[in-house]
Order: sequence, then structure tokens, then C-alpha cells
Amino acid sequence: MSLLSVDGLAVRDRAGTALVENVSFEVAAGDRAGLIGESGSGKSLTALAVLGLLPPGLTATGSVRLDGADMIRAPRGHGTAATVVFQEPLTALDPLMTAGRQIAGPLRRLRGLRGAALREAVRSALGEVRLTDTDRIARSYPHQLSGGQRQRVAIAMAVACRPRLLIADEPTTALDVTVQAEILDLLDRIVTTHGTALLFITHDLPVAARVIRHTHVLRHGRVVESGPITSLIAAPEHPYTRTLVDSARRFDAALERTGRA
Amino acid sequence: MSRRRSLHLALGLLLVGVIAAGVLLSYVWLPFAPDDTSGGRLAPPGGDHLLGTDKLGRDLFTQLLIGGRIAIGTALGAVAVGGLIGVTAGLLAGFATRWLDDAAAVVLDILIAFPTLLLAMLIVAGTGASLGTAILAIGIAMAAVVARLTRVLVKQVLARDYITAARVAGISWPRIVLSHVLPNIAPTVLVNLALQAGLAVLAEASLSYLGLGTPPPNASWGRMLYEAQATVLAAPAGALAPGIALVVLVVGVNLTADGLRDLTDPTRRGRRGSGGRPDSAGRPGSAGAGRPGSAGAGAGLPGAADPAQVGPAGPARLADPTLDTTLGKS
Amino acid sequence: MTEPILAAVDAGYAYRGGAAALSGVSLAVSPGRNVALVGESGAGKTTLLRLFLGLARPTSGAIHFDGAPLHRQRMRQYRRAVQAVFQDPYSSLDPRHRIGRIVAEPLRGLGLGADPARVTAALDAVGLPADTAGRYPHEFSGGQRQRIAIARAVVGNPRLLLADEPVSALDLTTRVRIVDLLASLCAERDLTILLVSHDLGVVAELCAETAVLERGRLVEQGPTSEVLGAPSHPYTRRLLASVPRLPA
Repeated sequence: MSLLSVDGLAVRDRAGTALVENVSFEVAAGDRAGLIGESGSGKSLTALAVLGLLPPGLTATGSVRLDGADMIRAPRGHGTAATVVFQEPLTALDPLMTAGRQIAGPLRRLRGLRGAALREAVRSALGEVRLTDTDRIARSYPHQLSGGQRQRVAIAMAVACRPRLLIADEPTTALDVTVQAEILDLLDRIVTTHGTALLFITHDLPVAARVIRHTHVLRHGRVVESGPITSLIAAPEHPYTRTLVDSARRFDAALERTGRA
Repeated sequence: MSRRRSLHLALGLLLVGVIAAGVLLSYVWLPFAPDDTSGGRLAPPGGDHLLGTDKLGRDLFTQLLIGGRIAIGTALGAVAVGGLIGVTAGLLAGFATRWLDDAAAVVLDILIAFPTLLLAMLIVAGTGASLGTAILAIGIAMAAVVARLTRVLVKQVLARDYITAARVAGISWPRIVLSHVLPNIAPTVLVNLALQAGLAVLAEASLSYLGLGTPPPNASWGRMLYEAQATVLAAPAGALAPGIALVVLVVGVNLTADGLRDLTDPTRRGRRGSGGRPDSAGRPGSAGAGRPGSAGAGAGLPGAADPAQVGPAGPARLADPTLDTTLGKS
Repeated sequence: MTEPILAAVDAGYAYRGGAAALSGVSLAVSPGRNVALVGESGAGKTTLLRLFLGLARPTSGAIHFDGAPLHRQRMRQYRRAVQAVFQDPYSSLDPRHRIGRIVAEPLRGLGLGADPARVTAALDAVGLPADTAGRYPHEFSGGQRQRIAIARAVVGNPRLLLADEPVSALDLTTRVRIVDLLASLCAERDLTILLVSHDLGVVAELCAETAVLERGRLVEQGPTSEVLGAPSHPYTRRLLASVPRLPA
């Protein structure tokens, strides 16, 4: 059975307008799936529905089963089965809490660590996301860290308790290109090492192509095309997917031209 | 949502309207002369005396109407004093260079910490107890709060790119203040002023209660409460009437302000075109997850709320340690 | 060679009591040759842009406009020639003004006469209908807002457009459309662009010249084909290697 199975998911607002409609997909344990879509495609809402974290006023129907739990009717306390990394680490982290304490939170709650064991776990979590100088970082507040460091801290928080599914919602969009490349490598390594399943959400096809295997293209709240990302890029079937691929190719081609000149 | 807001406005206007009608009425008609004690002491409500009489035999309803004049006068006067001084000082502090701004912040914090009562006592010591004194003291205390809020809001607005765009478009600073800064801070400041107006009425009541406000025989609501204190069990109407009037006015003013703010905000008025919310659907990662590149080269203010949506929660942002550092940059 | 419209001449900038944000930057923008300024956050791109926009003055060196140092007396003339587009279309439009008033702002500010026909023409040039003028920013998507910001920048027919990450906040497909729009404006209006960006694909598409800024210094500059085609500085190479590409 799949780790995450979404079947006929719909998300509606108070007026009954469907923001997400009839979305179905599965993520197997250890798999890497992608939701690709642009503004208003419903990709982030889908992720929130999967986590049982839809904002008030929005209701989900259909079926979302995460590690056996029904996330629509009985959303279970998250943190063990699935965790999430958001786009903007500055708003995702508590500005009044040091990085170390934020990472310690879930470790204490979910793994019951205390004292020296907890400190050691925090240090190793920071080491895992390749933050050197772990003691200084652990004592720092989010605003004292760079964008890349903040996102690493957020990832450390998300994976510290070894979730079975990591949801990454545009985790590199706010970052510089070189930092983006490092974060993508980091995510890649972490999910490979621990066999964590990854649900990667982005509007950026080339970014997705670096980390995802199977992907679903969303538009106006519906899945328009699904398949392995390589074949989807090589031979897009839906016109919208083709537009996405063509857009990405435009800038690739421009770079290629300058490279050859 | 907007329907709930317009309900606020209607209810607020109704409550304020009741008090205002009473005040207007008091200028053309009073059931008894304010110093008429013919009704006998502590008469129960009903009959000639709608709310009964106080311990001196004066008609409570008459006093309540006159007290309304003082309450509304205090609210308007204190808001005028506090709003004018506060917004001006806040604007100056918002524009000031770093060290001057830090100094202004400290002064404002001291002023805010300075008890209104003590301030009133100092002013009374100089000029004697009067309604004017009370209004002045309340207004000055209010100015400090308004100035601090204004300063934070101004800094938030100044960090927006449309200010830079206006400068690049050759707009002078005074015109930027008039056309961009003031309209964008106004909703939050106005709601805050309304809140303060409510507090001012309460403050005047406290000052009068302590004998620092309106001197007798003028019946402010606070003074009525004070005088009803000893006989509250025997004649509860004497305390209940001014108490309820206070609540009606304060709640009414707050609801009205809430509704007015939304009326002046284009993003909260009815939407045209498709039923969608382009606000939230317009950017990648639409679920309010922040925006791409806000940590990048832009002169924007990462993590700061849209000034149009700051709302009354504005002052709470002071607790955010990232605020001052991000404001200081670029 | 034609005279540069805008040039930084050995320009440096240090924040009061802080380290230098820029040092020894020399960069010229000549008519018809779009220049890209590439670098990461904290590299000094925004600081350099503020110098170019006349919002701050260099603490060393100078900014030249049409061959002469930029003075306060020439500011209006300068602003008529040089306008700007910013990164975040959610922050660059005043939420309380109608689009017509927003787009007309440079006309009023620079004494060009607020002719509504010019506003309509500018909106048309960026592909927006005339009735846009009566609406408010929140009614528009990110891409549409960026079009409005571009309309405001070109309404007074400037010669140079300083564009600070104009597409990095937008979706990929929208990005393509805005880049196409900028390219067509350059072709049709004798407009030159100084583009600040970390998106090398956009740079390659739009700019003939590229300058790479790292920690306040220009480490490499020249024709884009050379800088991106055969990068000589390790930082440029790292930047280029980091660009995510589609599998062939």
C-alpha cells in the first residue's frame, strides 16, 4: 500500500468554489513525487490538505490516507508520518526562538529526548543539513542567519524525527541560485539516506527535474498530466505541460546560445 | 466577511447615535434642571424620574444626558489633541535618521510608561481641576501611544517599493507623505484612535472619580459612578446607568471604527471580475508562504504584513526582533 | 562608440559605520546595449542600483549621466531619462491608488503633464486594456502587476530602464511573457535596460553585456557571450553551474 494516497481530493472555499478538484495521486514509501503548477494551480492547497492543515474556511472532500490515517475526517497530530518545509524560512521559523530550541521542540515531543541526549540530537540534526559551526547556529535567532542557513534549519527541524514523508513546498524559490543548488543536493541526499518519501511542490520545472521521479502537473486545481518527469519533459502531451516545458527551454536555449558563441 | 463588517458599522453607528441623540437632546430639553433636588433623595426609577434620583435628590436621567456631553467632548477633544500631536511626532520619528529615531523611541516609551493619572495630577497642580485639564492630560498620554504606532507604520510603508517608485518618479517628500504614507497608515491609526477615544472616556471617568476631572456640579459619568458608590446596593440605578452608557459609547465607537476602516480599503470592498482572489493566487506558492526573493536583493520588508492588512495588531509587531533590523537595512 | 547614458566611475559605497558595500565599481550602460548585473543577495546589487537611481550618493567615485556627474540640479532631467521597475509587484504598487493614478505618477512628478491618453498608451504598450486604469492593484495577478509597473516606468518615454529582478517573483510562463515584453519595448522605444538578476537564463535572453558582482566588487564584465560562454572567474563558473536545467 502507498504511504500517501490521495483520491478524488477537492478543496472548496466558503462560497463552494472548487479551488482543487478531483486530484488523485499516490506516493509510495521512499518515492519522490512532484506537484508542478503555477500560481493558483492549487498545489499548495493540496499539500496543506494532505497534512490536514487547511486554513479555516476551506474544506476538503475526497480521500487522503497518509500512513494509514484518514487526513480529512480525522487529521492525526502530524510530525511522525509527514513533515513540511515551506518556501520562506523567515516566516516558517519562530522569530523569538533560537534555531536550536526550534529543532529541539519536535525531538523532545516526539522522541522524548532530554538533557544531553537532546543537545546531541540537535547537534547531529544541524550536522546532517551540513551546517558547520553548529553551536553558534543553535544559539542564533532566525534573523541572524542567512536565507540558506534558515532553510537548512527548517529542513533539520522537518527531518529530525525521521518522518516517512517530507513535503517540500517551493523550498528554494526564495533563495539565490547557488544556494538553491546546495539545498536541492541536500534534500536529495537526505531522502536517499533515510529512505524518506518526498513530495516536492514547485512551479519551476528545471528545479523539479533535479529531484523528482514521478510528477503531476496541476492547473486550475486539476491534474492535467501525470508521468515520469523525464518523459513528461521529453514528450509533453497536454498543451499546458508543453507551455511549461517550452518556457523552461527558452531560457535554457538562451544560455546554450551564449555558451556556444 | 464584508457583510459582517458592514454589520459592525451599522451597529456601531446605532450605539454612538443613541448617545449622540441624547447629547443633542440635552441642549434643547432636559427633564429637570441639573440642580433641581425636588424629587427627594434616592427615588427609585419610574414615575417622574425615569432613572430615579441620586443621594442629593437630583434627577439621574438629567445627569446622564449632561454626562454624555462631557463624555463625547472628552473623546473628541482627547482624540484631537492626541491624534494631532501623536501622528505628527510619529511621522517625524518615522522619517528620522537612525540615532534620532532611537532617541524618539525611548522618549515615547517613557511617556507611555508615565501614568496618565500622574500626568493629570501634575497638570491639575498647575492649572486646577477642570474638564480642559483632563482632556489635555488624556490627550498627551494618548499622543505617546499614537506616535509609537505611527512611527512603526510609517517605517513599514517607507520600506515598500512604491515609495521608491514615487521618489524615482520625481515626487517630493511632502507629496509622498500626503499621497502614499498617510493614506496607507490612516486605517490602522484611525482604528487605534477610536480605541483610544473609548479609553479616553473611561480615563475621564476615572479622573473625575478621583476628583481630578470635571468639578461638581457638572455630572460626568465617572463622577456619577463615584457618587453612586456609597449607595450602590440601595439604589443600583445610580451606578448602572452611567456604567451602561459608558459601555454603549465605547463599544459603539470601536465598532464604527472597524467598519470605517474596511470601507476605505479598496482590497476589502467588493471585488470585480472573477470570483477568485488574485491577491492570494498571484504568486508562486500561493498559500501565504511568503514570496520568492523577499530575502534577496529587493528593498522590500521580508515578513512584514501588507500595511493595508496590518490592522489593530500593528503595535504587536514591536515584539518582533527582526523588524528593526530589517527596517534598518538597505 | 556612443556615449554611455549612465556610468558608475570607480564608485564605492559604505554604510555609516559599516563595511564597504561597494568598492571601485566602474560600469557603463550605452544606448542599445542592455547590461545585466549579476550577483547574489548581499553582493551589493541593490546598493549599486540605489546609486544609479539617485537615491543614495556614492561615498567614493561618482555616477555619471550623459557624460557628466549626476547633480541635484540635473535630477529632473535625469529621472525623465532613467526609470525603474522593481522586483516585488506586490510591494511596488500603492494598494490605495487606482492603476491610472499609479501609472501617471511619473508624468506628474516630472512635470510632463498628466495626459490620460499617455496613460492609456502606456497600458496598451504593456498589453493591458484601457479600463485597467480605473481598477486597483489587488485585482491583478503578479504578472499583470508587473506589467502595470512597467507601464509606469515607460509612460514618460525614458531612455534607460533600471530593472531590479523584474521577473524573479513570477511563474516561469509569466516570466517568459514579461521578458518578451521588455525585449519588444527595447526594440520599439529606443529603450535600454540595466537588468539586475540572478537568473542567468533571463540575462542571456535579454542582455548583450554582463557584469558579475561579488561582495561589492565587479569580478568580471564584458559581452554576455564571453562572460557566460567562457567564464574566467570561479564565482561566475559556480553561478553558471548552479543554474537548474532541463534534462536534454
